Amino acid sequence: MSSMDAHKKKERVRVHFPGAVDSHFSQVLEIREKMEPIDTFRVMDTDGTVLDPSLEPKVTEEFATKIYKDMLTLSIMDLILYEAQRQGRISFYMTNAGEEAYIGSAAALELEDEIFGQYREAGTLLYRGFTLDQFMNQCYSNDLDYGKGRQMPVHYGSKAHHFQTISSPLATQLPQASGAAYALKRSGKKNCVMCYFGEGAASEGDFHAALNIAATTSAPVIFFCRNNGFAISTPANEQYKGDGIASRGVGYGMHTIRVDGNDVWAVYKATQEARKIAVEKHKPVLIEAMTYRVGHHSTSDDSSAYRSKKEVEDWKRHDNPVVRMRKWLEAKGWWDESKENAHKTEMRKAVLKSFAAAEKRKKPAVSELFNDVYDKLTPQLLEQKKEIEELIKKYPDHYDTSNYKAE
Amino acid sequence: MSSPLLKKALVVPITSVRQALLRSNPGMLANAALLSKRGYNSKNGVEMTVRDALNAALEEEMTADEKVYLMGEEVGQYNGAYKVSKGLLDKFGPKRVIDTPITESGFCGLAVGSAFSGLKPVCEFMTWNFAMQAIDQIVNSAAKTHYMSGGNVNCPITFRGPNGAAAGVAAQHSQCFAAWYGSVPGLKVVSPWNSEDAKGLLKAAIRDPNPVVVLENELMYGISFPMSEAALSKDFTIEIGKAKIEKEGSDITLVAHSRAVGFALEAANLLEKEGICKAEVINLRSIRPLDTETIINSVKKTNRLVTVEGGWPQFGVGSEICAQIMESEAFDYLDAPVVRVTGADIPTPYAKNLEDFAFPDVDVISRVIKRSLNKKIGA
Repeated sequence: MSSMDAHKKKERVRVHFPGAVDSHFSQVLEIREKMEPIDTFRVMDTDGTVLDPSLEPKVTEEFATKIYKDMLTLSIMDLILYEAQRQGRISFYMTNAGEEAYIGSAAALELEDEIFGQYREAGTLLYRGFTLDQFMNQCYSNDLDYGKGRQMPVHYGSKAHHFQTISSPLATQLPQASGAAYALKRSGKKNCVMCYFGEGAASEGDFHAALNIAATTSAPVIFFCRNNGFAISTPANEQYKGDGIASRGVGYGMHTIRVDGNDVWAVYKATQEARKIAVEKHKPVLIEAMTYRVGHHSTSDDSSAYRSKKEVEDWKRHDNPVVRMRKWLEAKGWWDESKENAHKTEMRKAVLKSFAAAEKRKKPAVSELFNDVYDKLTPQLLEQKKEIEELIKKYPDHYDTSNYKAE
Repeated sequence: MSSPLLKKALVVPITSVRQALLRSNPGMLANAALLSKRGYNSKNGVEMTVRDALNAALEEEMTADEKVYLMGEEVGQYNGAYKVSKGLLDKFGPKRVIDTPITESGFCGLAVGSAFSGLKPVCEFMTWNFAMQAIDQIVNSAAKTHYMSGGNVNCPITFRGPNGAAAGVAAQHSQCFAAWYGSVPGLKVVSPWNSEDAKGLLKAAIRDPNPVVVLENELMYGISFPMSEAALSKDFTIEIGKAKIEKEGSDITLVAHSRAVGFALEAANLLEKEGICKAEVINLRSIRPLDTETIINSVKKTNRLVTVEGGWPQFGVGSEICAQIMESEAFDYLDAPVVRVTGADIPTPYAKNLEDFAFPDVDVISRVIKRSLNKKIGA
C-alpha cells in the first residue's frame, strides 16, 4: 500500500483557514504542476459535419445565412481596406481573417448586451447592423465619423449598437467591462457585458485584475479570449505557460469554457450558455476560443518574418471557419455556388461604393480639435481655439481649410 | 500596489499616528495646536475637520444621487484607511460602498467602466501613490474617452485620496501628483486645503460630468477649520477652476495649494506682524483648469510672486505658474524674478531630521519672501 493510499483511508480533515475553505489537511507533500487540461468544445468538424446529432443547431435558414453572409462581408471589407492602407489611402487597418467565427458569439447575444472589444471584432458590429458607410466613415475619419476624426482606423464605437469605443492600450477594456457589468446589474436589466481580448492581452496585469474583480463583485460579464496563436509576432507558447487562458478562469473561481474558435456553432452555443450564467446567476464567465490568425497582426506587421507562408496556407486550407460554415449551410441546402458568387459580387460593389463616398467627404471641422476634451470648453481651450481661428483667417494660404467641414 | 506590509502600516488610524508622533516630538504639538486654531473663513463658531468635511461631502452627494457610489480598499467595513468614509457602509449598504480586492488597476478600471455606463463612481485610492498601478485607466481611458468617442461616451468619475508627503512614511508614500495629473487634458484636478475647500471641491467633483482628480492631504485630515453657514449647506459647492484669495495684500503674491496654503498664510501673517510686508495669499484650489487670471491680477498689483508647494521643483505646479506669468502681461509688472518654493528634488527620506529638510516650512517661505522683496530686476 502506498503512502497515498494509506492517506486516502484516513478521514479527511477540512482546513479552518479563511483563505482556502475547500482544502483538506494532508500528510503527503503535493507539488502540483498541472491540472487536467480543459477540453475544447466542438460542434462541427472541419468539413462542417455535426459530430453529435444532439448538437445540431436549432436555427432558421435566415439566422444561419445572416451569420455566414456577415462572415463573408467582413472578409471582403477587410480585403479592400487592407489594400486601401497599402495604397496609402488610410493610415492603418486590422483584418479578421481566420477568426471570422467569432461572429457566432455576437449572434448569441442580445442587441442590448454591451460589447467591449479589443480591436479585431468588427464582425460583431457588422452583425449588429453597423453599416458599411459607418465603417468607412470611421476609417476615413471624415465629418460623419462618430469619433470626429480623433481615433485611428478600426477604433469603432457606437452607442446605438451598444459597442464601447475601442481603446488602444491592451486589456484596459477588461476591468472596464466589469464596471459596465456592475452598472447593468444595478440597473436590474436582464443584460450582460461581452468583453473581447486576445491571448497576448491576457499577459497584462489588467486581465488578472479584471478577472479577480469580476469574480469578487459577481459581475455579469463574459470575457471572450480570441486565442489566435500570436500576439503580433510572439507565439502563444512563448506568451504563457500552463493550460492556455482557460486555466486562469478556473484559478479565479470563474465558470470557464474552451471552445473551437473556428466553429461558428460551438462559439454560438458556448456564448449562449455563458450568457445564461452571466444574466441569470450574475456571475462572470471566461470563454477561450481557439483559433488561428491568418492575416498579419495589423498593417504595421509582416507576419512572414516569423511564420512560414506555408503554415498560413495550411490553416486557410484545412481549418477555415468560413469554409466550414459554408459546408454546413450547403449540406442543409441553404447555400450554393450561385448564392456565394452573388453575395460576394454584391458586397464588393457595396464596399467600394461606401469606400468612395467616405473618401470624398470633408474632414471634421477645425473646432472639433477642441470640443469634447471636457463637456464645455475651458478658458484655456477657448484661448487656443481663438488663436488658431485667427491664424487661419490671417494666413489662408498656409492654412487651407477648404477640405474641412464648415463651422 | 505597495507591499501589504506598508499598507498595513498606513491603515493605522491617523489620529493615533499623530499622537505617537506628537509624543515623540513635543515641538510638533505646538505647531499642530497652532494649525488647529487657525481660521480664516468664518466666525460663526462651527468647526469641522477636513476628514469630516470630506465625509459630509460624500454622504450628501450619495444621498442626493443614487448613481453615486464609493469604491476602494477598506472603504466599507473598515470605514476607510483614514476614516474618511466613516458610517457610509451602514447608511448606504454594500451596493454603494464597495470594498475591493487589492488591485488598483482592477477597481479603478471597474469604476471607469461603470462611469461609461452612466454611474457616478467615487474611486478612492488609499493614497495617490498606489494609483500609479492604475494610471493608464486614469490617463488613457478616463481622461480621453469622451474626446476619442467624439463626445459619445461620458466619464463622470471622481478619483480621490491623500496626496503629497505624509509623515514618516518615506519616498514611496510621500510625493505630490499635482504636476502629473495637472498636465493631462481631459482631467480636472483639485487640491483642497481646508475643510470648506474639501467639502466644496469634492461635491463639485462628484457633480462634474468630467473625470476629476481630488488630491487630498493626509496631514490635513485631522485639522479643524471653521465652516461658514453656506459651507454647511448640502447645496454648497466650490467652482472648479477658480482660485481663492485667502488673504489680501499689496507687496508680494504667494501662490500655494493644499497644505502649503497654511504655511504661506502663516509666513504672511508673521511678516505682517513684523511690519515687513503685506503679502497676498492665493489658494489655488484647482490645479487644472488653472486660474491664471487671479494670479496675473494679483501680480499686477503686488509686482512680486513666490509659489509654494510640497511637490518637486522640475515641471511642477510652480514651474507652470512661472511659465504662465512669463507669457502673460503680468511679466511686465514684475519687479523681481519669480521664486519657487518646493519640496527638495529628492525621493523623500524616512528619518525625521532628513524628512524635515525635504519640505518647505514657514521659516523657509519667510526667508524667500524677504529675499524677493530685496531684489529688483536689473539691479
